[in-house]
Amino acid sequence: MKPPTDTDTLPPAATDSVVENPTVGIDQSAGNFSYNVDYEFDAGTGLNEKTVEYISSVKKEAPWILEFRKKALKTFESMPLPTHWATKDLENIDFNKIRYYLSQGQKPKRTWDEVPDDIKKTFERLGIPEQERKFLAGVEAQFDSEAAYSNIKDIVSKQGVIFCNSTEALREHPEIFRKWFGKVIPTSDNKFSALNSAVFSGGSFIYVPPGVKVSQPLQAYFRINAENFGQFERTLIICDEGSEVTYMEGCTAPKFSTSTLHSAVVELVALKGAKIQYITVQNWASNVYNLVTKRGLAMEDAEIKWIDCNLGSRLTMKYPGVVLKGRRARGEVISIALANDGQHQDTGAKMIHAADETTSTIISKSISVGQGRSTYRGVVHIPKHLKGCKNNTECDALLINSNSRTDTYPAITVRGDKHATQHEASVSKVNEEMIFYMQQRGLTEGQAMSLAVNGFINDLARQFPMEYSVELKRLIDLEMEGSVG
Amino acid sequence: MHTLEIKDLYVSLTESPEKSIVKGLNLTIKAGEVHAVMGPNGTGKSTFSKAIAGHPDYVITSGDVRLDGESILEMEPDERARAGIFLAFQYPSEVPGVSIANFLRAAQQARLAEGEELDATAYYKKLYSKMDMLKIDRKFTSRSVNEGFSGGEKKRCEILQMAMLEPTIALMDETDSGLDIDALQVVAAGVNQLRGPNLGVLLITHYQRLLNYIVPDFVHVMYDGRIVKSGDKSLALELEAKGYEWVKQELAAAKA
Repeated sequence: MKPPTDTDTLPPAATDSVVENPTVGIDQSAGNFSYNVDYEFDAGTGLNEKTVEYISSVKKEAPWILEFRKKALKTFESMPLPTHWATKDLENIDFNKIRYYLSQGQKPKRTWDEVPDDIKKTFERLGIPEQERKFLAGVEAQFDSEAAYSNIKDIVSKQGVIFCNSTEALREHPEIFRKWFGKVIPTSDNKFSALNSAVFSGGSFIYVPPGVKVSQPLQAYFRINAENFGQFERTLIICDEGSEVTYMEGCTAPKFSTSTLHSAVVELVALKGAKIQYITVQNWASNVYNLVTKRGLAMEDAEIKWIDCNLGSRLTMKYPGVVLKGRRARGEVISIALANDGQHQDTGAKMIHAADETTSTIISKSISVGQGRSTYRGVVHIPKHLKGCKNNTECDALLINSNSRTDTYPAITVRGDKHATQHEASVSKVNEEMIFYMQQRGLTEGQAMSLAVNGFINDLARQFPMEYSVELKRLIDLEMEGSVG
Repeated sequence: MHTLEIKDLYVSLTESPEKSIVKGLNLTIKAGEVHAVMGPNGTGKSTFSKAIAGHPDYVITSGDVRLDGESILEMEPDERARAGIFLAFQYPSEVPGVSIANFLRAAQQARLAEGEELDATAYYKKLYSKMDMLKIDRKFTSRSVNEGFSGGEKKRCEILQMAMLEPTIALMDETDSGLDIDALQVVAAGVNQLRGPNLGVLLITHYQRLLNYIVPDFVHVMYDGRIVKSGDKSLALELEAKGYEWVKQELAAAKA
């Protein structure tokens, strides 16, 4: 494992054997995607200080970042898995068998003909454009987005917006990003934020100058490259005073995953009067552990809204949060989760009220299909010294089959007597009479189930941008196909 | 011409198949005809209409139901629906979050061949023309199916679906129940609009009242799981005047 000497010489792969299934380690049998792939940059399996040094050297990082990574690695190693409250399934992750950094460089590594037919079929049915299909299937290392979408970056850069990947941002704009990097979510927040802090690569860094309102949503989807589809991406969005931005990440196509562990950290900072909306739609292969930490800091009169949709994966643990730091700050989390057979969606939200007259809203809807399990965990914290805080929490669970499972763990701590909180929760089972009614109109049982599920989330799906809500609907149709009979 | 033939039909609850509710029912409905089935509560009127539609709570233990000569008993409820059988429900289900327009669109789409896409423009054109015909406000179809509907709205929604799906046989289960006289007239007007040479209608009703507005070609009296008396529309009036006791007494006399 040698560090690169200059920009023209690429570092050799860390292991001598380059052709090896990168997804070894965790049960692959359930996974939809696994190929043999050649990688130009490969940190090898296992995690130690050398791995971190390798990543940092490939990225030609400043010394402070390497130090940050090394410290994070120690924190990661010292922290236990959170199995005292979370599922014991976490114990099945073998951290020594995971590759922490892989990069394909620019070259396509496999042909379209090698992509399995069922994946091609799924892309087709989702209506994914040809070019994007090839990228998603891993046929092309870089999605050819420049021609079609580079104007978005041009337009926003004219407004002074910085929009680039984390490596570039920390190298080119440390004065802006270093101040907030790791501040909203400290390295030691949890074991997986520590892991991410040690080995992060990819992700977006965005800075919006004061008063600038970015009219179109910025999308990770349209500027994807090998790193953005990485396992440990790091995103930081800073909206300066009075500015506004919407960010969308992910896509509803089943994601080709090179690893079974995905652990991202996303930090948002909304300064006085700023507004950030962060939209995620993800559909992971069913062997992936998706353990993500997302949190925003909302200053005075600022607003942060998370719209989060989770499908697929073996286990997703994700609780987007907002720290309401300034007076009248507002936080909102809209969450949709669908757990199918063998999947556990453990999702929810955190609202930490830290100033007077702050308001927060949590709306969560989960669907459990077959033996799928969905869990809602919510934290709402309003301390005694504050006044005029409001929270509204609604969580609804829909069970499709009689062996489907849902759990709800709301933790609402409200001290003081000048606050208003409201909590509503419901669990319902798909009604057989309703399914018969729909069948009597000519829909198959599967189509009827799909329609019922789409109806259940309809009020939330409407908050997604049009193309996402359409894809979401199609995806639910696909998920529901095998749920009956 | 489309025909529904019900032959010596026996129906039980799925959970207690040994106990028949419908006991040897015979009835043939041809397109263009309107049949009314009347009878006291608990004689199996609703049961037999649901069993024909394939409701999972009911099981057909013997006999046959043929649509245009083909038995439908092996068909799933949705296949029966696509084959042309429509059941207007006595208590239509709510489908939260699904608008009437989207629901009907999905139902139309389900009738197309695999890979064929519904022509959205043509669909809305048809939907609006049917709504105009039935004098239904256009805002109606953006509401979720039956959610929070009044009794009259639910029945009107059923009629609209029937108009859109263009069945060959419509089974209307107690369409008049829970309706005030104004709503009843509106619904009856809708059914009368849809009457025609391509549609056979079976009206299940408790009261003669509905038949003042939808005049049937045939009237059947159902008692104890069977049709015991058939006639033309005058039979309904006779029943109204004499009550069901009259039928029971006639039956008892015939047995004796």
